[in-house]
Amino acid sequence: MDILDIADLHHIYRGHEGETIALAGVDLVVSEGEFVAVIGRNGSGKSTLAKHFNAILLPGGGRVLVAGLDTREEALLWSVRQMVGMVFQHPDNQIVATVVEEDVAFGPENLGVPTAEIIERVDASLRQVNMEDYRTHAPHLLSGGQKQRVAIAGILAMRPRLIVLDEATAMLDPIGRSEVMSTILRLNREEGMTAVLITHHMDEAVKANRVVVIDQGQVVLSGTPAEVFSQYKLLEALGLDVPVAAKLSILLAESGLPLPAHILTAEQLVDELCRLN
Amino acid sequence: MPIKLEQVDFVYAGGSPFERAALKGINLSFLDGEFVGIIGQTGSGKSTLVQMLNGLLKPTRGTVTVNGLVTTAKGVKLKSLRQEVGLVFQFAEYQLFAETVAADVAFGPENQGVPASEIAERVDQALLNVGLPLEIKERSPFELSGGQMRRVAIAGVLAMNPKVLILDEPTAGLDPRGRDEILSRIRELHRQRGITVILVSHSMEDVARLVDRLVVIHGGQIVYDATPREVFAHGSSLKTYGLGVPQATEVLGLLKAKGWAVPEVALTLDEARQAIVRAYQLRRELA
Ligand SMILES: Nc1ncnc2c1ncn2[C@@H]1O[C@H](COP(=O)(O)OP(=O)(O)OP(=O)(O)O)[C@@H](O)[C@H]1O
Ligand SMILES: Nc1ncnc2c1ncn2[C@@H]1O[C@H](COP(=O)(O)OP(=O)(O)O)[C@@H](O)[C@H]1O
Ligand SMILES: [Mg+2]
Ligand SMILES: [Mg+2]
Repeated sequence: MDILDIADLHHIYRGHEGETIALAGVDLVVSEGEFVAVIGRNGSGKSTLAKHFNAILLPGGGRVLVAGLDTREEALLWSVRQMVGMVFQHPDNQIVATVVEEDVAFGPENLGVPTAEIIERVDASLRQVNMEDYRTHAPHLLSGGQKQRVAIAGILAMRPRLIVLDEATAMLDPIGRSEVMSTILRLNREEGMTAVLITHHMDEAVKANRVVVIDQGQVVLSGTPAEVFSQYKLLEALGLDVPVAAKLSILLAESGLPLPAHILTAEQLVDELCRLN
Repeated sequence: MPIKLEQVDFVYAGGSPFERAALKGINLSFLDGEFVGIIGQTGSGKSTLVQMLNGLLKPTRGTVTVNGLVTTAKGVKLKSLRQEVGLVFQFAEYQLFAETVAADVAFGPENQGVPASEIAERVDQALLNVGLPLEIKERSPFELSGGQMRRVAIAGVLAMNPKVLILDEPTAGLDPRGRDEILSRIRELHRQRGITVILVSHSMEDVARLVDRLVVIHGGQIVYDATPREVFAHGSSLKTYGLGVPQATEVLGLLKAKGWAVPEVALTLDEARQAIVRAYQLRRELA
Protein backbone atom coordinates (compact mmCIF):
# COMPACT_ATOMS: atom_id res chain seq x y z
CA MET A 1 0.00 0.00 0.00
CA ASP A 2 1.30 3.44 -0.89
CA ILE A 3 0.76 5.89 1.93
CA LEU A 4 1.71 8.76 -0.38
CA ASP A 5 1.23 8.83 -4.12
CA ILE A 6 2.09 12.19 -5.59
CA ALA A 7 2.00 12.89 -9.30
CA ASP A 8 3.08 16.03 -11.15
CA LEU A 9 2.43 18.25 -8.13
CA HIS A 10 2.66 21.99 -8.72
CA HIS A 11 2.44 24.80 -6.21
CA ILE A 12 2.60 28.53 -6.79
CA TYR A 13 2.59 31.06 -3.95
CA ARG A 14 1.00 34.37 -4.86
CA GLY A 15 2.76 36.87 -2.63
CA HIS A 16 2.57 40.66 -2.57
CA GLU A 17 5.56 40.86 -4.90
CA GLY A 18 4.32 38.46 -7.58
CA GLU A 19 4.43 34.70 -7.86
CA THR A 20 6.88 32.13 -6.56
CA ILE A 21 6.88 28.72 -8.14
CA ALA A 22 7.62 26.48 -5.18
CA LEU A 23 6.83 23.07 -6.67
CA ALA A 24 7.25 22.41 -10.38
CA GLY A 25 6.06 18.85 -11.01
CA VAL A 26 6.93 16.59 -8.10
CA ASP A 27 6.47 12.85 -8.49
CA LEU A 28 6.92 10.85 -5.32
CA VAL A 29 5.61 7.57 -3.97
CA VAL A 30 6.14 6.52 -0.35
CA SER A 31 5.14 2.98 0.62
CA GLU A 32 3.73 2.09 3.99
CA GLY A 33 6.57 1.28 6.39
CA GLU A 34 9.24 3.27 4.56
CA PHE A 35 11.54 5.79 6.19
CA VAL A 36 12.31 8.51 3.68
CA ALA A 37 14.67 11.45 4.20
CA VAL A 38 14.16 14.59 2.13
CA ILE A 39 17.09 16.95 1.61
CA GLY A 40 17.48 20.12 -0.44
CA ARG A 41 18.83 23.64 -0.11
CA ASN A 42 16.93 26.50 1.55
CA GLY A 43 13.93 27.45 -0.54
CA SER A 44 13.98 24.30 -2.67
CA GLY A 45 10.39 23.37 -1.78
CA LYS A 46 10.65 20.79 1.00
CA SER A 47 8.26 22.40 3.48
CA THR A 48 5.82 23.28 0.74
CA LEU A 49 5.82 19.63 -0.32
CA ALA A 50 5.30 18.46 3.27
CA LYS A 51 2.29 20.75 3.68
CA HIS A 52 0.63 18.91 0.81
CA PHE A 53 0.90 15.61 2.69
CA ASN A 54 -1.91 16.54 5.04
CA ALA A 55 -3.78 19.04 2.93
CA ILE A 56 -2.55 22.20 4.65
CA LEU A 57 -1.87 23.22 1.06
CA LEU A 58 -3.78 21.93 -1.94
CA PRO A 59 -2.33 21.16 -5.38
CA GLY A 60 -2.11 23.96 -7.92
CA GLY A 61 -1.70 21.16 -10.44
CA GLY A 62 -1.28 17.39 -10.25
CA ARG A 63 -2.54 15.39 -7.28
CA VAL A 64 -1.72 13.98 -3.87
CA LEU A 65 -3.19 10.69 -2.67
CA VAL A 66 -2.83 9.82 1.01
CA ALA A 67 -3.51 6.10 1.46
CA GLY A 68 -5.52 6.39 -1.73
CA LEU A 69 -7.51 9.44 -0.59
CA ASP A 70 -7.32 12.53 -2.80
CA THR A 71 -6.46 15.61 -0.71
CA ARG A 72 -8.55 17.82 -3.01
CA GLU A 73 -11.74 16.18 -1.78
CA GLU A 74 -12.96 18.25 1.12
CA ALA A 75 -15.04 15.41 2.55
CA LEU A 76 -11.84 13.40 3.10
CA LEU A 77 -9.92 16.14 4.92
CA TRP A 78 -10.53 14.72 8.38
CA SER A 79 -9.42 11.22 7.40
CA VAL A 80 -6.30 12.58 5.70
CA ARG A 81 -5.29 14.72 8.68
CA GLN A 82 -5.81 11.80 11.04
CA MET A 83 -3.33 9.68 9.15
CA VAL A 84 -0.56 12.23 8.80
CA GLY A 85 1.13 13.78 11.84
CA MET A 86 3.33 16.79 11.23
CA VAL A 87 6.09 18.21 13.37
CA PHE A 88 7.28 21.55 12.07
CA GLN A 89 10.42 23.66 12.15
CA HIS A 90 9.12 25.88 14.94
CA PRO A 91 7.60 24.24 17.98
CA ASP A 92 6.07 27.45 19.37
CA ASN A 93 3.47 27.44 16.62
CA GLN A 94 2.24 24.00 17.60
CA ILE A 95 2.14 24.26 21.36
CA VAL A 96 -1.45 24.82 22.44
CA ALA A 97 -1.76 24.11 26.16
CA THR A 98 -0.25 25.66 29.28
CA VAL A 99 0.91 22.35 30.76
CA VAL A 100 3.08 19.86 28.92
CA GLU A 101 0.88 16.81 29.53
CA GLU A 102 -2.22 18.68 28.39
CA ASP A 103 -0.41 19.72 25.27
CA VAL A 104 0.47 16.14 24.48
CA ALA A 105 -3.11 15.03 25.25
CA PHE A 106 -4.62 17.65 22.95
CA GLY A 107 -4.27 15.63 19.75
CA PRO A 108 -5.74 12.33 20.99
CA GLU A 109 -8.53 14.23 22.80
CA ASN A 110 -9.50 15.78 19.50
CA LEU A 111 -9.54 12.35 17.94
CA GLY A 112 -11.99 11.16 20.61
CA VAL A 113 -9.61 8.67 22.24
CA PRO A 114 -11.00 7.39 25.61
CA THR A 115 -9.52 9.10 28.70
CA ALA A 116 -7.80 6.03 30.13
CA GLU A 117 -6.02 5.47 26.86
CA ILE A 118 -5.07 9.13 26.56
CA ILE A 119 -3.25 8.94 29.89
CA GLU A 120 -1.39 5.88 28.69
CA ARG A 121 -0.47 7.49 25.41
CA VAL A 122 0.71 10.70 27.05
CA ASP A 123 2.94 8.70 29.40
CA ALA A 124 4.39 6.63 26.60
CA SER A 125 5.02 9.55 24.24
CA LEU A 126 6.70 11.70 26.88
CA ARG A 127 8.91 8.77 27.78
CA GLN A 128 9.81 8.25 24.12
CA VAL A 129 11.19 11.78 23.89
CA ASN A 130 12.68 11.77 27.41
CA MET A 131 10.49 14.53 28.77
CA GLU A 132 8.55 12.62 31.43
CA ASP A 133 10.05 14.79 34.19
CA TYR A 134 8.47 17.86 32.60
CA ARG A 135 4.90 16.64 32.35
CA THR A 136 3.53 19.31 34.68
CA HIS A 137 5.73 22.14 33.38
CA ALA A 138 4.58 25.07 31.29
CA PRO A 139 5.70 24.46 27.70
CA HIS A 140 6.35 28.12 26.92
CA LEU A 141 8.92 28.22 29.71
CA LEU A 142 10.96 25.41 28.23
CA SER A 143 14.00 26.03 26.09
CA GLY A 144 13.82 25.59 22.32
CA GLY A 145 14.95 21.99 22.15
CA GLN A 146 12.71 20.92 25.03
CA LYS A 147 9.69 22.39 23.27
CA GLN A 148 10.61 20.46 20.15
CA ARG A 149 10.51 17.19 22.04
CA VAL A 150 7.11 18.03 23.52
CA ALA A 151 5.80 18.77 20.02
CA ILE A 152 7.05 15.40 18.80
CA ALA A 153 5.41 13.68 21.78
CA GLY A 154 2.12 15.39 20.90
CA ILE A 155 2.22 13.89 17.43
CA LEU A 156 3.27 10.45 18.65
CA ALA A 157 0.25 10.45 20.98
CA MET A 158 -2.03 10.61 17.94
CA ARG A 159 -0.51 7.40 16.59
CA PRO A 160 -0.53 8.58 12.98
CA ARG A 161 0.29 6.20 10.11
CA LEU A 162 2.72 8.69 8.66
CA ILE A 163 4.85 11.04 10.72
CA VAL A 164 6.44 13.96 8.91
CA LEU A 165 9.25 15.83 10.64
CA ASP A 166 10.19 19.13 9.03
CA GLU A 167 13.59 19.92 10.56
CA ALA A 168 12.15 18.98 13.92
CA THR A 169 15.56 18.11 15.37
CA ALA A 170 17.21 21.35 14.27
CA MET A 171 17.29 22.84 17.77
CA LEU A 172 18.31 19.77 19.75
CA ASP A 173 21.69 19.09 21.31
CA PRO A 174 23.63 16.09 19.93
CA ILE A 175 22.26 13.61 22.47
CA GLY A 176 18.71 14.95 22.18
CA ARG A 177 18.91 14.67 18.43
CA SER A 178 20.14 11.12 18.50
CA GLU A 179 17.39 10.24 21.00
CA VAL A 180 14.76 11.59 18.65
CA MET A 181 16.36 9.82 15.71
CA SER A 182 16.39 6.49 17.52
CA THR A 183 12.78 7.10 18.58
CA ILE A 184 11.77 7.57 14.95
CA LEU A 185 13.82 4.56 13.87
CA ARG A 186 12.23 2.37 16.55
CA LEU A 187 8.72 3.50 15.66
CA ASN A 188 9.47 2.82 12.02
CA ARG A 189 11.07 -0.60 12.47
CA GLU A 190 9.03 -2.00 15.35
CA GLU A 191 5.66 -0.38 14.87
CA GLY A 192 5.84 -0.03 11.10
CA MET A 193 5.17 3.69 11.23
CA THR A 194 6.02 5.40 7.97
CA ALA A 195 8.27 8.41 8.43
CA VAL A 196 9.35 11.31 6.24
CA LEU A 197 12.21 13.30 7.69
CA ILE A 198 13.16 16.66 6.20
CA THR A 199 16.64 17.55 7.36
CA HIS A 200 19.77 19.57 6.67
CA HIS A 201 21.85 17.01 8.55
CA MET A 202 23.27 14.47 6.18
CA ASP A 203 24.17 12.24 9.12
CA GLU A 204 20.45 11.92 9.86
CA ALA A 205 19.50 11.30 6.25
CA VAL A 206 21.87 8.31 6.23
CA LYS A 207 19.58 6.51 8.69
CA ALA A 208 16.65 6.45 6.26
CA ASN A 209 15.81 3.65 3.78
CA ARG A 210 15.67 6.17 1.00
CA VAL A 211 16.93 9.71 0.40
CA VAL A 212 15.04 12.07 -1.88
CA VAL A 213 16.77 15.23 -3.09
CA ILE A 214 14.63 18.24 -4.01
CA ASP A 215 15.86 21.19 -6.01
CA GLN A 216 13.91 24.07 -7.52
CA GLY A 217 10.64 22.35 -6.78
CA GLN A 218 11.48 19.02 -8.35
CA VAL A 219 12.82 15.64 -7.27
CA VAL A 220 16.31 15.53 -8.76
CA LEU A 221 17.65 12.39 -7.13
CA SER A 222 16.20 9.48 -5.19
CA GLY A 223 17.79 6.29 -3.95
CA THR A 224 19.33 4.48 -1.02
CA PRO A 225 21.64 6.62 1.15
CA ALA A 226 24.62 4.82 -0.41
CA GLU A 227 23.42 5.63 -3.93
CA VAL A 228 22.57 9.25 -3.24
CA PHE A 229 25.67 10.07 -1.19
CA SER A 230 27.97 8.60 -3.81
CA GLN A 231 27.03 11.63 -5.96
CA TYR A 232 29.36 13.95 -4.08
CA LYS A 233 29.87 16.44 -6.94
CA LEU A 234 26.18 16.73 -7.77
CA LEU A 235 25.20 17.21 -4.12
CA GLU A 236 27.84 19.90 -3.69
CA ALA A 237 26.53 21.71 -6.76
CA LEU A 238 23.07 21.61 -5.16
CA GLY A 239 24.36 23.33 -1.99
CA LEU A 240 24.29 20.04 -0.10
CA ASP A 241 26.91 17.80 1.35
CA VAL A 242 27.76 14.19 2.19
CA PRO A 243 27.96 12.79 5.74
CA VAL A 244 31.13 13.66 7.66
CA ALA A 245 32.45 10.07 7.61
CA ALA A 246 31.88 9.89 3.85
CA LYS A 247 33.84 13.10 3.39
CA LEU A 248 36.70 11.81 5.50
CA SER A 249 36.77 8.57 3.48
CA ILE A 250 36.97 10.55 0.26
CA LEU A 251 39.89 12.55 1.68
CA LEU A 252 41.64 9.36 2.78
CA ALA A 253 41.13 7.75 -0.62
CA GLU A 254 42.63 10.86 -2.19
CA SER A 255 45.64 10.39 0.06
CA GLY A 256 46.10 6.93 -1.40
CA LEU A 257 44.36 4.66 1.13
CA PRO A 258 42.58 1.90 -0.82
CA LEU A 259 39.16 2.41 0.80
CA PRO A 260 35.97 1.21 -0.88
CA ALA A 261 33.33 3.74 -1.97
CA HIS A 262 30.00 4.20 -0.13
CA ILE A 263 31.28 4.58 3.42
CA LEU A 264 28.62 6.54 5.30
CA THR A 265 29.24 6.25 9.02
CA ALA A 266 32.17 6.50 11.43
CA GLU A 267 31.73 2.82 12.35
CA GLN A 268 31.88 1.72 8.72
CA LEU A 269 34.97 3.83 8.14
CA VAL A 270 36.77 2.35 11.12
CA ASP A 271 35.84 -1.22 10.07
CA GLU A 272 37.14 -0.63 6.57
CA LEU A 273 40.34 0.97 7.85
CA CYS A 274 41.02 -1.98 10.13
CA ARG A 275 40.43 -4.34 7.23
CA LEU A 276 43.20 -2.65 5.22
CA ASN A 277 46.03 -4.14 7.22
CA MET B 1 34.05 46.18 24.46
CA PRO B 2 35.21 43.70 27.04
CA ILE B 3 32.43 41.87 28.86
CA LYS B 4 32.71 40.51 32.35
CA LEU B 5 30.31 38.38 34.38
CA GLU B 6 30.96 38.09 38.11
CA GLN B 7 29.13 35.65 40.37
CA VAL B 8 26.09 35.78 38.11
CA ASP B 9 22.92 33.94 39.09
CA PHE B 10 19.75 34.11 37.07
CA VAL B 11 16.36 32.85 38.19
CA TYR B 12 13.30 32.77 35.93
CA ALA B 13 9.91 33.38 37.55
CA GLY B 14 11.50 33.88 40.97
CA GLY B 15 9.11 33.32 43.87
CA SER B 16 6.53 31.49 41.74
CA PRO B 17 5.95 27.73 41.68
CA PHE B 18 7.68 27.73 38.28
CA GLU B 19 10.88 29.25 39.66
CA ARG B 20 13.88 28.00 37.75
CA ALA B 21 17.53 28.76 38.37
CA ALA B 22 18.97 29.07 34.86
CA LEU B 23 22.48 30.32 35.75
CA LYS B 24 24.44 29.69 38.93
CA GLY B 25 27.61 31.51 39.98
CA ILE B 26 28.90 32.32 36.51
CA ASN B 27 32.33 33.97 36.30
CA LEU B 28 33.36 34.66 32.74
CA SER B 29 35.12 37.34 30.68
CA PHE B 30 35.19 38.00 26.99
CA LEU B 31 38.14 40.03 25.75
CA ASP B 32 38.22 42.19 22.64
CA GLY B 33 38.77 40.23 19.46
CA GLU B 34 38.14 36.79 20.93
CA PHE B 35 36.24 34.08 19.04
CA VAL B 36 34.50 32.05 21.72
CA GLY B 37 32.19 29.06 21.37
CA ILE B 38 29.51 28.11 23.90
CA ILE B 39 28.13 24.59 23.97
CA GLY B 40 25.74 22.89 26.36
CA GLN B 41 22.73 20.63 26.45
CA THR B 42 19.29 21.95 25.64
CA GLY B 43 18.14 23.89 28.69
CA SER B 44 21.63 24.30 30.12
CA GLY B 45 21.40 28.10 30.11
CA LYS B 46 23.17 29.19 26.91
CA SER B 47 20.44 31.50 25.63
CA THR B 48 19.95 32.95 29.09
CA LEU B 49 23.67 33.64 29.33
CA VAL B 50 23.98 35.40 25.99
CA GLN B 51 20.97 37.60 26.69
CA MET B 52 22.88 38.92 29.72
CA LEU B 53 25.65 40.18 27.47
CA ASN B 54 23.65 43.00 25.90
CA GLY B 55 21.52 43.79 28.91
CA LEU B 56 18.39 42.12 27.61
CA LEU B 57 18.28 40.06 30.78
CA LYS B 58 19.74 41.33 34.02
CA PRO B 59 21.32 39.10 36.63
CA THR B 60 19.30 38.15 39.70
CA ARG B 61 22.57 38.29 41.66
CA GLY B 62 26.09 39.32 40.66
CA THR B 63 27.14 41.78 37.96
CA VAL B 64 27.54 41.95 34.23
CA THR B 65 29.90 44.68 33.05
CA VAL B 66 29.97 45.60 29.37
CA ASN B 67 32.64 48.08 28.34
CA GLY B 68 32.76 49.43 31.89
CA LEU B 69 28.96 49.72 32.23
CA VAL B 70 27.25 47.61 34.85
CA THR B 71 23.94 46.52 33.30
CA THR B 72 22.10 46.65 36.61
CA ALA B 73 23.35 50.14 37.51
CA LYS B 74 20.72 52.86 37.87
CA GLY B 75 20.09 54.93 34.74
CA VAL B 76 22.40 52.87 32.59
CA LYS B 77 21.82 53.44 28.84
CA LEU B 78 21.24 50.00 27.40
CA LYS B 79 20.24 51.29 23.98
CA SER B 80 23.74 52.23 22.90
CA LEU B 81 25.01 48.99 24.34
CA ARG B 82 22.61 46.98 22.19
CA GLN B 83 23.81 48.78 19.10
CA GLU B 84 27.38 47.69 19.72
CA VAL B 85 26.61 44.21 20.95
CA GLY B 86 24.68 42.53 18.15
CA LEU B 87 22.67 39.47 19.14
CA VAL B 88 21.22 37.02 16.64
CA PHE B 89 18.52 35.27 18.65
CA GLN B 90 17.98 31.53 18.72
CA PHE B 91 14.69 31.80 16.83
CA ALA B 92 15.82 34.90 15.00
CA GLU B 93 13.19 34.60 12.28
CA TYR B 94 10.52 35.49 14.85
CA GLN B 95 12.07 38.92 15.10
CA LEU B 96 11.31 39.81 11.49
CA PHE B 97 8.61 42.44 11.24
CA ALA B 98 8.99 44.78 8.28
CA GLU B 99 7.08 44.75 4.99
CA THR B 100 10.09 43.96 2.90
CA VAL B 101 13.37 42.18 3.41
CA ALA B 102 15.27 45.40 2.63
CA ALA B 103 13.34 47.39 5.26
CA ASP B 104 13.91 44.69 7.83
CA VAL B 105 17.66 44.60 7.34
CA ALA B 106 17.82 48.43 7.23
CA PHE B 107 16.04 48.82 10.57
CA GLY B 108 19.13 48.37 12.76
CA PRO B 109 21.46 50.76 10.94
CA GLU B 110 18.63 53.34 10.62
CA ASN B 111 18.19 53.26 14.37
CA GLN B 112 21.91 53.75 14.80
CA GLY B 113 21.67 56.94 12.76
CA VAL B 114 23.66 55.62 9.83
CA PRO B 115 23.24 58.11 6.94
CA ALA B 116 20.63 57.07 4.36
CA SER B 117 23.23 57.08 1.60
CA GLU B 118 25.18 54.39 3.39
CA ILE B 119 22.25 52.21 4.39
CA ALA B 120 21.47 50.75 0.98
CA GLU B 121 25.04 49.62 0.69
CA ARG B 122 25.04 48.07 4.14
CA VAL B 123 21.85 46.19 3.35
CA ASP B 124 23.25 44.77 0.10
CA GLN B 125 26.51 43.81 1.75
CA ALA B 126 24.73 42.08 4.63
CA LEU B 127 22.45 40.13 2.29
CA LEU B 128 25.43 38.99 0.24
CA ASN B 129 27.22 37.99 3.43
CA VAL B 130 24.40 35.58 4.26
CA GLY B 131 24.19 34.24 0.70
CA LEU B 132 20.85 35.76 -0.31
CA PRO B 133 20.31 37.08 -3.84
CA LEU B 134 19.51 40.80 -3.96
CA GLU B 135 16.27 40.06 -5.86
CA ILE B 136 14.84 39.03 -2.52
CA LYS B 137 14.97 42.61 -1.16
CA GLU B 138 11.46 43.62 -2.12
CA ARG B 139 9.81 40.40 -0.98
CA SER B 140 7.96 40.09 2.28
CA PRO B 141 10.09 38.35 4.93
CA PHE B 142 7.02 36.32 5.88
CA GLU B 143 6.82 34.76 2.46
CA LEU B 144 10.19 33.06 2.59
CA SER B 145 11.31 29.57 3.48
CA GLY B 146 12.56 28.93 7.03
CA GLY B 147 16.20 29.04 6.02
CA GLN B 148 15.74 32.20 3.98
CA MET B 149 14.08 33.95 6.96
CA ARG B 150 16.93 32.90 9.21
CA ARG B 151 19.40 34.43 6.75
CA VAL B 152 17.48 37.72 6.66
CA ALA B 153 17.55 37.86 10.46
CA ILE B 154 21.32 37.32 10.56
CA ALA B 155 21.77 39.98 7.87
CA GLY B 156 19.85 42.45 10.04
CA VAL B 157 22.39 42.13 12.82
CA LEU B 158 25.42 42.10 10.49
CA ALA B 159 24.20 45.36 8.90
CA MET B 160 24.70 47.10 12.26
CA ASN B 161 28.46 46.42 12.15
CA PRO B 162 28.49 45.43 15.82
CA LYS B 163 31.74 45.36 17.79
CA VAL B 164 30.61 42.21 19.53
CA LEU B 165 28.62 39.68 17.53
CA ILE B 166 26.68 37.04 19.45
CA LEU B 167 25.05 34.25 17.50
CA ASP B 168 22.66 31.90 19.32
CA GLU B 169 22.52 28.71 17.23
CA PRO B 170 22.61 30.70 14.01
CA THR B 171 22.93 27.80 11.61
CA ALA B 172 19.96 25.70 12.70
CA GLY B 173 17.79 25.45 9.61
CA LEU B 174 20.47 26.45 7.14
CA ASP B 175 21.46 24.15 4.31
CA PRO B 176 25.04 22.79 4.35
CA ARG B 177 26.44 25.36 1.97
CA GLY B 178 24.69 28.23 3.74
CA ARG B 179 26.07 27.01 7.05
CA ASP B 180 29.65 26.93 5.74
CA GLU B 181 29.42 30.21 3.87
CA ILE B 182 27.91 32.24 6.68
CA LEU B 183 30.34 30.91 9.25
CA SER B 184 33.27 31.60 6.91
CA ARG B 185 32.05 35.18 6.42
CA ILE B 186 31.81 35.63 10.17
CA ARG B 187 35.31 34.34 10.62
CA GLU B 188 36.51 36.82 7.99
CA LEU B 189 34.75 39.69 9.76
CA HIS B 190 36.38 38.58 12.98
CA ARG B 191 39.82 38.55 11.36
CA GLN B 192 39.50 41.70 9.30
CA ARG B 193 37.71 43.95 11.76
CA GLY B 194 38.83 42.31 14.95
CA ILE B 195 35.26 42.00 16.25
CA THR B 196 34.54 39.71 19.17
CA VAL B 197 32.41 36.74 18.17
CA ILE B 198 30.49 34.55 20.60
CA LEU B 199 28.96 31.51 18.92
CA VAL B 200 26.40 29.28 20.65
CA SER B 201 26.19 26.05 18.73
CA HIS B 202 25.07 22.44 18.83
CA SER B 203 27.54 21.59 16.10
CA MET B 204 30.73 20.20 17.57
CA GLU B 205 32.17 20.33 14.03
CA ASP B 206 31.62 24.06 13.74
CA VAL B 207 33.01 25.08 17.11
CA ALA B 208 35.97 22.74 16.71
CA ARG B 209 37.13 24.35 13.50
CA LEU B 210 36.22 27.95 14.27
CA VAL B 211 36.69 29.05 17.85
CA ASP B 212 39.81 29.78 19.88
CA ARG B 213 38.14 29.19 23.19
CA LEU B 214 35.26 26.93 24.15
CA VAL B 215 32.95 27.35 27.13
CA VAL B 216 30.84 24.37 28.18
CA ILE B 217 27.73 24.95 30.30
CA HIS B 218 25.88 22.29 32.22
CA GLY B 219 22.92 22.92 34.52
CA GLY B 220 23.59 26.66 34.53
CA GLN B 221 27.24 26.31 35.53
CA ILE B 222 30.46 26.48 33.59
CA VAL B 223 32.14 23.08 33.48
CA TYR B 224 34.92 23.81 30.98
CA ASP B 225 36.52 26.99 29.69
CA ALA B 226 39.51 26.03 27.57
CA THR B 227 40.70 25.53 24.00
CA PRO B 228 38.57 23.21 21.85
CA ARG B 229 41.46 20.76 21.76
CA GLU B 230 41.50 20.54 25.55
CA VAL B 231 37.72 20.33 25.84
CA PHE B 232 37.27 17.63 23.20
CA ALA B 233 39.82 15.43 24.97
CA HIS B 234 37.04 14.84 27.53
CA GLY B 235 34.72 12.88 25.28
CA SER B 236 33.09 10.76 27.94
CA SER B 237 32.24 13.61 30.30
CA LEU B 238 30.92 15.63 27.36
CA LYS B 239 28.54 12.73 26.69
CA THR B 240 27.19 12.91 30.21
CA TYR B 241 26.52 16.62 29.53
CA GLY B 242 24.41 15.74 26.48
CA LEU B 243 27.18 16.73 24.11
CA GLY B 244 29.70 14.92 21.97
CA VAL B 245 32.92 15.36 20.06
CA PRO B 246 33.44 16.25 16.41
CA GLN B 247 33.22 13.20 14.16
CA ALA B 248 36.87 13.61 13.23
CA THR B 249 37.68 13.07 16.90
CA GLU B 250 35.16 10.24 17.20
CA VAL B 251 36.81 8.31 14.36
CA LEU B 252 40.22 8.72 15.99
CA GLY B 253 38.80 7.47 19.29
CA LEU B 254 37.40 4.34 17.64
CA LEU B 255 40.71 3.69 15.86
CA LYS B 256 42.68 4.21 19.05
CA ALA B 257 40.52 1.60 20.75
CA LYS B 258 41.56 -0.81 18.00
CA GLY B 259 45.23 -0.16 18.65
CA TRP B 260 45.96 2.50 16.06
CA ALA B 261 48.65 5.04 16.96
CA VAL B 262 46.54 8.17 16.53
CA PRO B 263 46.14 11.24 18.71
CA GLU B 264 43.01 11.62 20.80
CA VAL B 265 41.63 14.74 19.18
CA ALA B 266 41.29 16.06 15.64
CA LEU B 267 39.51 19.36 15.19
CA THR B 268 39.12 19.22 11.42
CA LEU B 269 38.73 16.50 8.82
CA ASP B 270 42.09 17.41 7.37
CA GLU B 271 43.75 16.93 10.71
CA ALA B 272 42.07 13.52 11.03
CA ARG B 273 43.17 12.62 7.54
CA GLN B 274 46.82 13.37 8.29
CA ALA B 275 46.74 11.45 11.56
CA ILE B 276 45.12 8.40 9.97
CA VAL B 277 47.48 8.36 6.98
CA ARG B 278 50.47 8.53 9.33
CA ALA B 279 49.14 5.73 11.55
CA TYR B 280 48.31 3.63 8.50
CA GLN B 281 51.85 3.94 7.13
CA LEU B 282 53.26 3.07 10.52
CA ARG B 283 51.14 -0.08 10.70
CA ARG B 284 52.30 -1.17 7.24
CA GLU B 285 55.93 -0.67 8.19
CA LEU B 286 55.43 -2.74 11.32
CA ALA B 287 53.54 -5.49 9.53
N1 LIG C 1 4.03 31.72 2.40
C1 LIG C 1 4.78 31.89 1.31
N2 LIG C 1 4.45 32.84 0.40
C2 LIG C 1 5.20 33.03 -0.72
N3 LIG C 1 6.29 32.31 -1.03
C3 LIG C 1 6.66 31.34 -0.17
C4 LIG C 1 5.94 31.08 1.04
N4 LIG C 1 6.54 30.06 1.70
C5 LIG C 1 7.60 29.69 0.94
N5 LIG C 1 7.68 30.46 -0.18
C6 LIG C 1 8.67 30.33 -1.27
O1 LIG C 1 8.53 29.03 -1.85
C7 LIG C 1 9.78 28.42 -2.12
C8 LIG C 1 9.88 27.09 -1.39
O2 LIG C 1 9.83 27.31 0.00
P1 LIG C 1 9.84 26.14 1.09
O3 LIG C 1 9.48 26.74 2.40
O4 LIG C 1 9.02 25.01 0.61
O5 LIG C 1 11.39 25.74 1.05
P2 LIG C 1 12.22 24.69 1.95
O6 LIG C 1 12.83 23.72 1.00
O7 LIG C 1 11.37 24.14 3.03
O8 LIG C 1 13.38 25.63 2.53
P3 LIG C 1 14.14 25.60 3.96
O9 LIG C 1 15.25 24.60 3.84
O10 LIG C 1 14.72 26.98 4.05
O11 LIG C 1 13.17 25.29 5.03
C9 LIG C 1 10.83 29.46 -1.73
O12 LIG C 1 11.21 30.18 -2.88
C10 LIG C 1 10.11 30.37 -0.75
O13 LIG C 1 10.65 31.68 -0.80
N1 LIG D 1 11.34 32.60 29.59
C1 LIG D 1 11.61 31.62 30.47
N2 LIG D 1 10.90 31.50 31.61
C2 LIG D 1 11.18 30.53 32.51
N3 LIG D 1 12.15 29.60 32.37
C3 LIG D 1 12.89 29.66 31.25
C4 LIG D 1 12.67 30.66 30.24
N4 LIG D 1 13.56 30.47 29.25
C5 LIG D 1 14.31 29.41 29.62
N5 LIG D 1 13.92 28.91 30.82
C6 LIG D 1 14.52 27.79 31.56
O1 LIG D 1 15.86 28.16 31.89
C7 LIG D 1 16.76 27.10 31.64
C8 LIG D 1 17.82 27.54 30.62
O2 LIG D 1 17.20 27.79 29.37
P1 LIG D 1 17.95 28.36 28.11
O3 LIG D 1 18.85 29.47 28.52
O4 LIG D 1 16.94 28.66 27.05
O5 LIG D 1 18.84 27.09 27.68
P2 LIG D 1 19.58 26.74 26.33
O6 LIG D 1 19.67 27.97 25.50
O7 LIG D 1 20.93 26.27 26.80
O8 LIG D 1 18.81 25.64 25.69
C9 LIG D 1 15.92 25.90 31.20
O9 LIG D 1 15.67 25.12 32.34
C10 LIG D 1 14.64 26.54 30.69
O10 LIG D 1 13.56 25.64 30.86
MG1 LIG E 1 11.41 24.38 5.16
MG1 LIG F 1 18.97 28.30 23.60
